[in-house]
Amino acid sequence: MVQQFFIWCEQTAVHDAIANSLWAFAVIESIHLLALAAIGGAVLMVDMRMLGMGLRRQSIQEVARSAYPWLVGSLVVMLATGIPLFLSEPTKCYYSYPFWVKMTALALAIAYTFTIRRMVTRSDDSRFRPIVHKLTALVSLSLWFTVGAAGRWIGFSG
Amino acid sequence: MSAFAQWLAATSGSIALHESLYMYPLVESIHVLTLCVFVGLASVLDLRLMGITLKRVPVSEVARRLLPWMIGGFTVMVITGSMLFYAIPIRSYHSLWFRLKMIMLVLAGLNAWVFHARVWRSVTTWDLDPVTPKPARLAGAASLVLWACIIVTGRMIAYNWFDCDKPQSSFVVWAAGCDAYPKR
Repeated sequence: MVQQFFIWCEQTAVHDAIANSLWAFAVIESIHLLALAAIGGAVLMVDMRMLGMGLRRQSIQEVARSAYPWLVGSLVVMLATGIPLFLSEPTKCYYSYPFWVKMTALALAIAYTFTIRRMVTRSDDSRFRPIVHKLTALVSLSLWFTVGAAGRWIGFSG
Repeated sequence: MSAFAQWLAATSGSIALHESLYMYPLVESIHVLTLCVFVGLASVLDLRLMGITLKRVPVSEVARRLLPWMIGGFTVMVITGSMLFYAIPIRSYHSLWFRLKMIMLVLAGLNAWVFHARVWRSVTTWDLDPVTPKPARLAGAASLVLWACIIVTGRMIAYNWFDCDKPQSSFVVWAAGCDAYPKR
């Protein structure tokens, strides 16, 4: 089933367009990398704040609200560039261990960010104890770090 | 400089790093992921300078709280970046993209220096303004654009389109210094 889907991906027009182009992969990958810096900033400034670092004079709520549009915007760019990158080499991804680690961590990171982390950062700072904020941030940082590190490692394998 | 790169490439440390199975990818991964810390947080400051985000937070507050992290991230980027150059010195030195990246880095440094020496002096008069004066907005925008260019040109170093070991246009031969590239 899964392998069938990957084989189908290999036959899409997007795959052919990128695979046959000299520049397409490099350009899409560069945009993916630019969005990495953006999403990194958007995630870090909030998680750092929950850990008591960075913009400590502002409330977690305020920092999170400022970061939110950048988080969503850069995530959209990440997906919009990441999907074509995947489509350009689905077979390589299918046999890549880091790819599956990344996808698992990504699903968890997105689910976590828009449920638990969102609920904690949207609440009044006084509603949760500092330890809850710290744990929320550490889980977020671990998940997103795994996504980034495994993502980089796809390029080294195979 | 080319002779220096060739000397560097012959050192045992360079060869070890170049041929290592895990060390080189590890250093490169740290280099890439530290982008989130350095460029990610620098972008927050740039966007505040442009009056786009955190408008209610004083500019000096954003700068003071984030600067230590940016300096830390930048230090890691320089150390890992130097190691990447050390691992592949000749090809990097004669890479068009690497040269563009270095020029862009110098420009980003100049922009930061001019901003600090000129614009930042009067920060107390506009610290609380949601939309900062034009020179500050310009410095923020220039920084964003330059770092984006540094990321892109940095990524492009990996591609061999303009490498000296194959026929290139006279412009690339000149810009990448291919005449000094060691013949095999």
